[in-house]
Amino acid sequence: MTMENIALTEAVYYILLSLYSPLHGYGIMQKIEDLSAGRVRLAAGTLYGAINTLLEKGWIHALPGEKNNRKKEYEITALGKKIATNELMRLRELLTNGEKIIEGGSK
Amino acid sequence: MKRIFRKLFWAWEFDKEEEWLNAMSAKGLQLCDVGFCRYVFEEGLPREYVYRLELLDNVPNHAESIQYIQFIEDTGAEQIGTLFRWVYFRKKTDGNEFNLFSNIDSRIKHLDRILVLTGILSGVNLLNGGTQLHAWISQEMSFNFTVSILCFTVGILIGYGFLRVFFKRRKLKKEKILHE
Repeated sequence: MTMENIALTEAVYYILLSLYSPLHGYGIMQKIEDLSAGRVRLAAGTLYGAINTLLEKGWIHALPGEKNNRKKEYEITALGKKIATNELMRLRELLTNGEKIIEGGSK
Repeated sequence: MKRIFRKLFWAWEFDKEEEWLNAMSAKGLQLCDVGFCRYVFEEGLPREYVYRLELLDNVPNHAESIQYIQFIEDTGAEQIGTLFRWVYFRKKTDGNEFNLFSNIDSRIKHLDRILVLTGILSGVNLLNGGTQLHAWISQEMSFNFTVSILCFTVGILIGYGFLRVFFKRRKLKKEKILHE
């Protein structure tokens, strides 16, 4: 089994989703908080580590910014989109089975 | 008006140190500078800031540390100071929690850094204590005996800290089987 088939962490999944349009670090934190209606509040140190790992993996890339602009912007790559799509399919399976057994059994 | 407090926290007590700084903040004393066993507070509003500290991967003036501190500051926090490889952050209270880490993985990684630091320091001291003791036994020099005892004491103390962090990390690892 390749590592690519293993479930993504909530943080990674939401970072990938938030980067379908380019954002800088603080923007990612705000976007994730909005997307999850305030449930997921990513801490800055955790986000920093995750960004570096995602850059290394090539799932996101940094946009070439102006030199004076210290706030780097990031965007999801084609590979990142593929990973996110696979995760979506995995989540769909979890959801379907959960609904079938948890909700189906109580009816 | 500034007030200086002298207090010692060991590296493995960083969460206690955070608690203390936040308790001071609750009383309206806001940390504005930090040194070795030395904390400078200025009078401000109660609970005006939340404080967090972190052991960095590199020394504070290393390019990667500068980049990291910059990143944290861009999210609305400010750096108060650094001490050895430790960095002190604070953020204005805004109704939301201020944390540097929000999942178990990143907390474990931080503890790993403290484990490496305390592990090396403890090991070096114990090893040196052993070497000195060996030299004293074979050459009967009293100087080496004193140094040996000193090294052993420091080594055991830091070793105790290492174990404290080690068990804290193990608890997080177990938690990770169930949660992120």
